[in-house]
Amino acid sequence: MADMTADVAQMRGSQEKLTTADGKPLKVALAAAQARSKRRAFYLVAPLLFFVLLTFVVPIGQMLHQSVYNPDFVYKTDVTTKETTPIMVNLRNWFDENPRGTEPEEAAYEALAKDLVVLREVKAAGIAGTRINYERSGSRSLFTKSARKAKKLEAPYKEALLDVDDEWADPTVWAAMRNASSAYTMNFYLAAIDKARAVDGSVEAVDEKRKLYVKLFMRTLMLSILITFLTFVLGYPIAHMLATLPLRYSNLLMILVLLPFWTSLLVRTTSWMVLLQSQGVVNDALVGTGLLADENRIQMMYNQIGTIIAMTHILLPFMVLPLYSVMRPINPSYVRAARSLGATSWTAFRRIYFPQTIPGIGAGALLVFILAVGYYITPALVGGADGQLISNLIAFHMTKSLNWSLAAALAGLLLAGILVLYWLYDLLIGIDNLKLG
Amino acid sequence: MTDTAFVEFDRVQKSYDGEVLVVKDLNLTMPKGEFLTMLGPSGSGKTTCLMMLAGFETATHGEIRLDGQEINNIPPHKRGIGMVFQNYALFPHMTVNENLAFPLEVRGMEKSVREDKVRRALDMVQMGAFGNRRPAQLSGGQQQRIALARALVFEPELVLMDEPLGALDKQLREQMQFEITRLAHDLGITTVYVTHDQTEALTMSDRVAVFNDGVIQQLAPPDQLYEEPENSFVAQFIGENNTLEGRVKAISGGIAEVELHDGRIIDAKPVNVHNPGERTRVSIRPERVEMNTARLPEGAHTLEAEVQEFIYMGDIFRTRLSVAGNDDFIVKTRNAPGQTRMEPGQKIQIGWLAEDCRALDAA
Ligand SMILES: Nc1ncnc2c1ncn2[C@@H]1O[C@H](COP(=O)(O)OP(=O)(O)OP(=O)(O)O)[C@@H](O)[C@H]1O
Ligand SMILES: [Mg+2]
Repeated sequence: MADMTADVAQMRGSQEKLTTADGKPLKVALAAAQARSKRRAFYLVAPLLFFVLLTFVVPIGQMLHQSVYNPDFVYKTDVTTKETTPIMVNLRNWFDENPRGTEPEEAAYEALAKDLVVLREVKAAGIAGTRINYERSGSRSLFTKSARKAKKLEAPYKEALLDVDDEWADPTVWAAMRNASSAYTMNFYLAAIDKARAVDGSVEAVDEKRKLYVKLFMRTLMLSILITFLTFVLGYPIAHMLATLPLRYSNLLMILVLLPFWTSLLVRTTSWMVLLQSQGVVNDALVGTGLLADENRIQMMYNQIGTIIAMTHILLPFMVLPLYSVMRPINPSYVRAARSLGATSWTAFRRIYFPQTIPGIGAGALLVFILAVGYYITPALVGGADGQLISNLIAFHMTKSLNWSLAAALAGLLLAGILVLYWLYDLLIGIDNLKLG
Repeated sequence: MTDTAFVEFDRVQKSYDGEVLVVKDLNLTMPKGEFLTMLGPSGSGKTTCLMMLAGFETATHGEIRLDGQEINNIPPHKRGIGMVFQNYALFPHMTVNENLAFPLEVRGMEKSVREDKVRRALDMVQMGAFGNRRPAQLSGGQQQRIALARALVFEPELVLMDEPLGALDKQLREQMQFEITRLAHDLGITTVYVTHDQTEALTMSDRVAVFNDGVIQQLAPPDQLYEEPENSFVAQFIGENNTLEGRVKAISGGIAEVELHDGRIIDAKPVNVHNPGERTRVSIRPERVEMNTARLPEGAHTLEAEVQEFIYMGDIFRTRLSVAGNDDFIVKTRNAPGQTRMEPGQKIQIGWLAEDCRALDAA
């Protein structure tokens, strides 16, 4: 028995080793023959590859790096000369020598005082203080104030520093400094899911009233799902109509679908504002026709309703186009065949037509969802307080609070979520079924 | 022709745009179990007739009856008509088994019954081993068989086929032609078959309806259609045919004397002509032309012809003649012992029996 399988294996092996006429193995010959054309093809795509690397992979990599790396408490980079100077050297040494939880004694305060002098010299007190401020608010002024007076401090340093500001005795300041003393940290990701490190280094939830991000992630998720669903419900019949009409009508209607692309996003959003605000066209019309009393004009702006309406409108083409491209080539004879086989028009739709449009639904939903999750301008303009999405917060940290690391961590989580979604799509429908237009 | 009409078109008209009649005054009755072929050039309205019968188009005027019942207002899924489409229309997202089970499923049949019927239908078209494949994994001919099985699996009494063999190569076509007729006869199904291949129509059908321009030109069994075409269109459309133009000189004793343009006289059977002086087009099949005029009856008219081309085709000889100004006059002769071969330029006399030459409308 074993012999036989060995024989078979050998036979198969000898069959696989095909050779060319001059005895070279066929596979080698084939690879050699194809190498040249492969090389040429590579040269052709090389510029694109380079462009994609430069504009896509590098920035995303940098963003991901920034989300776990913040050196503001480790060294200072001179803006003009690009020279870096290490800061907080003494204190970082002390942290290295003493485990977390050690009560800071005189040696620690002495290290701190010396480092504050350096901070003052290289003008880094503000930046370093801001870095601590991310983890414990109110710390920035503590640093700038103390650095200003650092030169005059004398032993015993503990008392001297507490004299300057008794907040130095607060263990949370020391915990925050310990966290910041290494440039690489996961703390921004913790912050992005409303968690923080306690004084003893364990992970705990931040207090209730500072919880923000998880709620916003959830809201973004919910709104995006809702908007995706709405675009599907609205877009499916449109796409179906476009796909079944004769080409000359459907092309005309397609222009209407694409019309939103012809105007700037900002203009479209603003026109929604004109329509939806409480003194806007919709409310005026309702009041004018007497359907609504003047005093209960509907609030459709600066809340979630505004975000939902405007984003559904703006993202609708991204659902219609993939659906259309999948529906157009579906031969009407499929549905006819189903009908002739005894199916009612509903059954024929459900069992025959609909399943053939699933790749389009998947592609449209994926596209709309991904765009919705990252949408920024529209919610910023029409969203009001409770219509803000996570991207608005990312923008806030990039432009206002300047906590780029937190912004990067939030964006990193968003990216991870979308990759998971993509993976799920591949699992359920198959990425090779994706039809985008 | 029969006692009960199973399918009946009664003065049916159809227009898609309100300007042109695609089907003009269609009258047709089919008995149960008949295999009827609609044959005609492209755009003659064959598919339209089929679609009206299946319920996907509504007749603009007239009535269509199925088994005595008016079906204009019955939706397609209640008509119980099996249909084979030109592109097969197999559901691409279902396996062969699921495709076949579909009509049974929507009829609420039980799973065990379904499986049994599906298996039998697949065996019927010799595709038993392919139940788990998807349509895309089948060859054209195999898809064709599955489409046929699917149209038959729910045992409809009427099956419509719209050029089901159009996409197949010649050999496969001939095999499928045979199988379709066999199945239709074995199962006793009434079949309406659409094609624009005349060989297919002649070999498969009980009767053929020749369509042109939205009108049935002739409805007859194949042999009658070939041998006794009722008008010029049918004569031209079915089989090979020689035509000569002329004017009726006299009609007597069932024989019309036709004067050709050059003044010579031929004998013909008056079919569409009734009075002397009418213009006519006579039609004669290539195999009915006699080159040995001694065999013709006494007093038959003959014509002089010049051989243009002689083609040896094995079983037959095909001779192209120039006759009365027509350079495309074909004569087919059997490759029999003693049959002489012609040389181009040779002058011969030809003639025919009056009943083989049909004097038709001048069209
Ligand atoms: N849906 C339609 N709308 C408008 N005109 C149509 C439609 N379907 C068919 N026609 C016209 O009706 C005429 C008959 O079409 P039909 O499809 O019945 O022809 P057919 O005999 O099946 O031809 P073929 O052999 O090419 O399939 C054609 O002139 C065609 O252009
Ligand atoms: Mg047709």
